Amino acid sequence: MADDLEPRIEEQISAWRAYVSRPEAIDGRDVDELEDHLRGQIDRLEASGLDGDEAFLVAVKRLGGLDDLSREFAREHSDRLWKQLMFPGAPRAARSGAGLALAVALAIGAALAIQLPAVFGIRFGEDGDFYARFGSLLVLPFLAAYFLVRRRASAATVAVVGVPFLLTAVVMAVYPFAPDGSTLVLAATHAAVALWIVTGVAYVDGRVRSSRARMDFIRFTGEWLVYLALIALGGGVLVALTMGVFSAIGLDAEWFVEQFMVPSGVAGAVVVAAWLVEAKQSVIENIAPVLTKLFTPLFTLLLLAFIVAGLVQGNLVDGGETEVFGQRDLLILFDIVLVVVVGLLLYALSAREPLAPPAWFDRLQLLMVAAALVVDIMVLVAMIGRIAEWGASPNKLASLGLNVILLANLVGAAWLQLRFTMRRTPFDRLERWQTGFLPVYLAWAAIVVVAFPPLFAFA
Amino acid sequence: MKIGKDLVAAAATPMVLGILADGESYGYAILQRVGELSGGELEWSDGMLYPLLHRLERLGHVESSWGASPSGRPRKHYRLSATGRAAFAEQRQQWAVVSRALQRVWSDRDGGTDFAGAPAFGGA
Repeated sequence: MADDLEPRIEEQISAWRAYVSRPEAIDGRDVDELEDHLRGQIDRLEASGLDGDEAFLVAVKRLGGLDDLSREFAREHSDRLWKQLMFPGAPRAARSGAGLALAVALAIGAALAIQLPAVFGIRFGEDGDFYARFGSLLVLPFLAAYFLVRRRASAATVAVVGVPFLLTAVVMAVYPFAPDGSTLVLAATHAAVALWIVTGVAYVDGRVRSSRARMDFIRFTGEWLVYLALIALGGGVLVALTMGVFSAIGLDAEWFVEQFMVPSGVAGAVVVAAWLVEAKQSVIENIAPVLTKLFTPLFTLLLLAFIVAGLVQGNLVDGGETEVFGQRDLLILFDIVLVVVVGLLLYALSAREPLAPPAWFDRLQLLMVAAALVVDIMVLVAMIGRIAEWGASPNKLASLGLNVILLANLVGAAWLQLRFTMRRTPFDRLERWQTGFLPVYLAWAAIVVVAFPPLFAFA
Repeated sequence: MKIGKDLVAAAATPMVLGILADGESYGYAILQRVGELSGGELEWSDGMLYPLLHRLERLGHVESSWGASPSGRPRKHYRLSATGRAAFAEQRQQWAVVSRALQRVWSDRDGGTDFAGAPAFGGA
């Protein structure tokens, strides 16, 4: 029936296909679906007496304007919208150009801000206390500002983002941390995590309740890390060459590198990487699925190997000749492994086409999550054993808390992943489970920053 | 009569769920059915149906599969899932409540003397 259309109409339909395929939010299969619709409409209109051209025009018109259509598609498929973040009609070069100027200005701002303490005689790496307290507070506000300006955020959103930054600054300034105390290290790292999530509020322009917006931020975080790693590679080459070139002519550039190049470079890179993610999304888009497919099997193997090793070694807590968890460093190491695994899971979820049916990779992820769950429980048992034996310390409690949160996450993730691979639950539930944990991470980080130091006498 | 955009948007989901509750269907046929059921009064631009169907799919209310039209072109079919059935039942109850309440408001008004069957130009 549809094959009977005149060649002229077929030509017009292929021209229309090319036109509709342009917006990123409408992918190839969607165009197939729309074409089926268009042909149905044309058939019907021709049957009611219109000639081919008229029928085509009316059918296209009734599909709606491409701008409206792609906006609707983008709203539903924000994972695709993400590739461009702009709608047709907006001049592309001008938009990304404006973003670039802003990003460069803010990156320079961050690079200068990290040097600001030097004006007051505080040198990077010398008075360790200052940068531990305020390091993230010197850099992340510029990143948050970048998003707030780019999204033209409302005053309410600016306040929601700004107030946590102010509160963190007050806490970090007022608390009398002991020099080199573990609560200081904990507060500094957890403040960075908390402020990162708060920066996420700026990223999603205040739409914190939207699971999709949260997923966009998670995706952004993954891409940002990839870009930061790329920049760091280039930066490493730059540092090595700088040192080499100057030492060749008998000058010692080490102080310059340590004092200015590395700290300012890192601060600037934080903003520049964010700009790259925003501007170059479709470039990295193709890397994310590859990275997750590469590392998910490897991390699954690591976890399985560890489980086997742990079972063979037997005694996990202590007492044995070889203590798997004898040292606190190792426990923290396994916390990091679990965090990386959850990160990998999140990154894979965020890069996945939500409507694709479950496949081998989803079953592999189920295996990884299940293995991570076993490792988590092993670590948890060891931790509780250590705390029972040697008493609590800030580090142990922070690790324990993180572990419990990860355990809860992994239990839910494993259950939903299982049901998803059995086609009992839609992918959306997995997404919402993970995005629902963002506030939990934020709350826990805030507790460690605000409550831990006084509880442990700032030791 | 032109039905407002918000009302059309609100009615679209229960409409589509209801049509799919009768059995598997595809985009163009669903729109045809909407047109028939509403006597052509409930209309939105055809393309908007597809993002809606995709959203319902993401939420797990409908399942889809690619088949072929009689002429052999790819065609995407949609059918209601178990959760979709539950969502449909719930939406149906909600709309029944709204509809009953509106009916009651109007019948109260129509019961009064100043409105019953007498639009402004009716007496002219």
